[in-house]
Amino acid sequence: MTVSPFEARDESKMIASIVAGNTDLYHELIRPYERSVFMMALSYMKNEADAEDVAQEAFLKAFRNLADFRAEAKFSTWLISIALNEARGRLRRRSTARTQSLDVPEEQGGVSPALLRDWREIPSESVERLEVRHMLQRAVGTLPDIYRNVFLLRDVEGLNGAEAAQALGITIANVKVRLHRARTLLQKDLAPRFKRLEPQKKRWLPWS
Amino acid sequence: MVIACKHVWDYLSEYIDGTLSVETRELVQRHLDHCGICSAILDSTRNIIILTADERVFELPVGFSERLHAKLDLEFARAQDR
Ligand SMILES: [Zn+2]
Repeated sequence: MTVSPFEARDESKMIASIVAGNTDLYHELIRPYERSVFMMALSYMKNEADAEDVAQEAFLKAFRNLADFRAEAKFSTWLISIALNEARGRLRRRSTARTQSLDVPEEQGGVSPALLRDWREIPSESVERLEVRHMLQRAVGTLPDIYRNVFLLRDVEGLNGAEAAQALGITIANVKVRLHRARTLLQKDLAPRFKRLEPQKKRWLPWS
Repeated sequence: MVIACKHVWDYLSEYIDGTLSVETRELVQRHLDHCGICSAILDSTRNIIILTADERVFELPVGFSERLHAKLDLEFARAQDR
């Protein structure tokens, strides 16, 4: 969402054109946000099938209500809040199963990071290893809901503090606190694991 | 003024985002310059943020886009009929 090619698009122009009947343009309008909407739906629903359902419904609802979209919000933020409302509504209707509240009160006291003497950087290429991807997915997946939602919006999907606050219906100060806790919990969980990670065996290169 | 490691940890997230006031930032910076433990916490946190943001980590399910856009086309056809 921070990716610049999309910033260059004039979304309000696209939206006006879609509302005027050029519906095919909607495909192009939403393409950059498919992953954000799905990820947030997954964060709430916790399984891919339900998340895909919620995401589809959110994109349909956004289309049907496109004429009501007001440019004081970013289209992406508006879209994500539609998806979150859809997910919350479904969870609420599922009254029996889930007892865990999505809006648990902010717990008091801080979270402490894992203490390390030094840090050897894990290069980006390492995410090509399935093992590393699984470690990251599991760590994010096991964060408490309120921290994971903020972390995904801010650090994975690249929304700024104000946009994340708007999408989640919480204050910017709350976003800051939750993001800090999420990052600390991830560091605490992942840093020791990464330290124990076997370095990838050097690929044999014919010219070396 | 010198601050303890524990207090530095509270500022690391905002330090990463560059949202600390100039004075607090300098205070944290001075601590980081001589504290290996806090520097390692900062570096590992930053590293982990970069890794989780990598688009290869969280991917859409196979066929997600195709199914979505097919569904939208159905909706557009219906909208046209109205
Ligand atoms: Zn320290």
